[in-house]
Amino acid sequence: MNTRFKRLLAASLTAATLVGSLAACGTGAGNSKDGANGELTLWTHNAGNPDELGAIQSIVDAYNQSQSKVKIKVQAFPQDSYNDSVVAAASANKLPCIVDIDGPNVPNWAWSKYLAPLNLSVDLSANLPSTLGKWNGQTYSVGYYDVALAMLARASDLKAAGVRIATADNPWTKDEFNGALAALKKLGKWDAPLDLGTAGTGEWLPYAYSPFLQSFGGDLINRSDFQSADGALNGDKAVEWANWFHGLIADGYAAQKSGKDSTADFLNNKSAIVYTGSWAADKARTALGDDLVVMPSVDLGNGPKIGGGSWQWGVTTGCKNPEAAMDYLSFSLKPENIAAVAKATGTIPATDAAAALVPGYEPTGKNRPFLDFSKKSAVLRPETPAYPFIATEFGKAAQDIISGADPKQALDKAVKNIDANIKSNNGYKN
Amino acid sequence: MATTLESARPRTRVRSSSPSPRRVRGIGGWIVRILLGVVFAFPLLFMFVSSLKPDQQIFGDLSSIAAFLPVGNLSLDNYGAVFDRVPAARFLVNSIGISAVTVVLGVLINSLAAFALSRMKVRGKGVILTLIIATLIVPFETLALPLVWWVNQLPWLDLNGFSLSLTTGWLDTYQVQILPFVANAFSIYLFHQYFESIPKELDEAARVDGASWFKIYRKIVMPLSGPAIATVSILTFLPAWNSYLWPLMVVQSEELRPVMIGVQYFFQLNVSWGEVMAYSSMITLPVVALFIAFQRSFVNSIASSGVKG
Repeated sequence: MNTRFKRLLAASLTAATLVGSLAACGTGAGNSKDGANGELTLWTHNAGNPDELGAIQSIVDAYNQSQSKVKIKVQAFPQDSYNDSVVAAASANKLPCIVDIDGPNVPNWAWSKYLAPLNLSVDLSANLPSTLGKWNGQTYSVGYYDVALAMLARASDLKAAGVRIATADNPWTKDEFNGALAALKKLGKWDAPLDLGTAGTGEWLPYAYSPFLQSFGGDLINRSDFQSADGALNGDKAVEWANWFHGLIADGYAAQKSGKDSTADFLNNKSAIVYTGSWAADKARTALGDDLVVMPSVDLGNGPKIGGGSWQWGVTTGCKNPEAAMDYLSFSLKPENIAAVAKATGTIPATDAAAALVPGYEPTGKNRPFLDFSKKSAVLRPETPAYPFIATEFGKAAQDIISGADPKQALDKAVKNIDANIKSNNGYKN
Repeated sequence: MATTLESARPRTRVRSSSPSPRRVRGIGGWIVRILLGVVFAFPLLFMFVSSLKPDQQIFGDLSSIAAFLPVGNLSLDNYGAVFDRVPAARFLVNSIGISAVTVVLGVLINSLAAFALSRMKVRGKGVILTLIIATLIVPFETLALPLVWWVNQLPWLDLNGFSLSLTTGWLDTYQVQILPFVANAFSIYLFHQYFESIPKELDEAARVDGASWFKIYRKIVMPLSGPAIATVSILTFLPAWNSYLWPLMVVQSEELRPVMIGVQYFFQLNVSWGEVMAYSSMITLPVVALFIAFQRSFVNSIASSGVKG
């Protein structure tokens, strides 16, 4: 072997050994230290959302001023990539003490031992059920607000088509809805009168479309034991939903691929009805004024349904000062704090006490319909650690159905994959 | 005879009323090039123009050529709003720093590796080069999570005032965004191919004169490798500048984030497309400027190394 090459090899081995030795000398590699030195980090998904981030920061500032034992520090991440950041941090044992989390993911994060059960000094029984994240009989997260799906339309368009305005007490039936779409299409003003947000991806797909399935009588999984989707996601009711859903596209009532921003398209008169969430209401009201009507989702047989559960807060298992984290969360749940966040975000306050502090949520308030929809129609996404996988499979099936795949085959495939995943994870039991 | 025939051809062409096939091909070539230019330039043009318009107008103009023209209600409001939503200046500085250091270290380390493989007598260097090139087929996504674990185990010397302390874990630092991407198989290959085209007689003559390997690398090979350096610089700069997944996984502090993470700040429930276009324009300009500055070297090196992109 060449002498110079030998020297190079020896030097490389020495360097590698040195690096290994230095690593071994390190301070407890990989263990989360958050909370150990009196500073607790709080992660939120609100980077780029100054209104909500500002409200959260105000609560944190108020808490930091209210006591001198610990300090909470806010780190904000962009929403679309927030979960990836959390998963990466968890793999490196670098999670902060306090995290916010999308409600349907709570059971998975609890099962993965990212989250510890909450032990708060406030009574959570007054909260909207959809603002609590539960799994295995324990509460792991609590939110300041929920959001609600609705149908936004122009009163003038409905009147021109001879269609009545649906209300929370008297929603459209399936036949009425189909008739309304036919009448609106007949006006000839839009290529497709209904915007279902079919360009949406990720969590939008189960959040938006599984309530239709549930209104037909199907579901994402058998909720008795959360061990199989067979019969719930591919039974007669589910196939009926899938045929109806595809029919909306095939009949030209909804676009196979809507625009990226459904609210903007609706305001630009590219659709007559947009199926969206309460977050779009303020923008639409500003643009359309009194012509805007906010209607509940359609009753497709089992009453109108909408997805429940939005962003919530939890405490991580690795936190070195969980008492302080719980104390902060208890502090943050004061009605005035919940109201401040709801005002900043245009969301539905989690408690009646907070709702009383937010203009628009009085019985005749402009935002009251959303609170009513949430109370009457919200269905939690299945509270199982399998939910992220179920959501992905349902999303793929929904997109396939929109694209014209055989509904039964698409649903069977989703069921097969979901059941296999649950089985391979030993039923997601402890 | 040949001269006579050649000289007769132009006269025939001048007299002819219809254009020659060669001229038609030339015009056709230009039309194709212009069309391709338009296809590639219009998205950029749309981006810059839309960054000056309010949201309503962006959507209103979509159905006409006005979408590509600076007409209507133009202002810099979207650029102002960008700075309210994102610490854009900080992100830009971070990305410039991260990309610049990655490029400088990348050129140095990869050219040294390529020089050793091209010039030094190393047993099995063909196998080594093959193994290096083989790593190109492994997609980064499959390495990302294990790499997170690894960088979290690595030691670092922290400078606190005048004292050095040993820490563990590179997460949430600048170095974690730079060092894993310095060594690059494609850059080594590119340098290696270019070095192979430089006559070995030059460094043999230098060896006779007593030059060391490093002197040959520094004084002979590298000064002759301008196009390769430019190409590697651009090919290292672009992924460093566009890096998204990795910083997303390893950087938690806002003050350390690069520009691409900032794009996600705009995708809230109600998207302001004017702001998206303004931010996109801001982060695209450095890349366009870099390409314009180095385009001749870039094209030369791509052509000479047989790399088709």
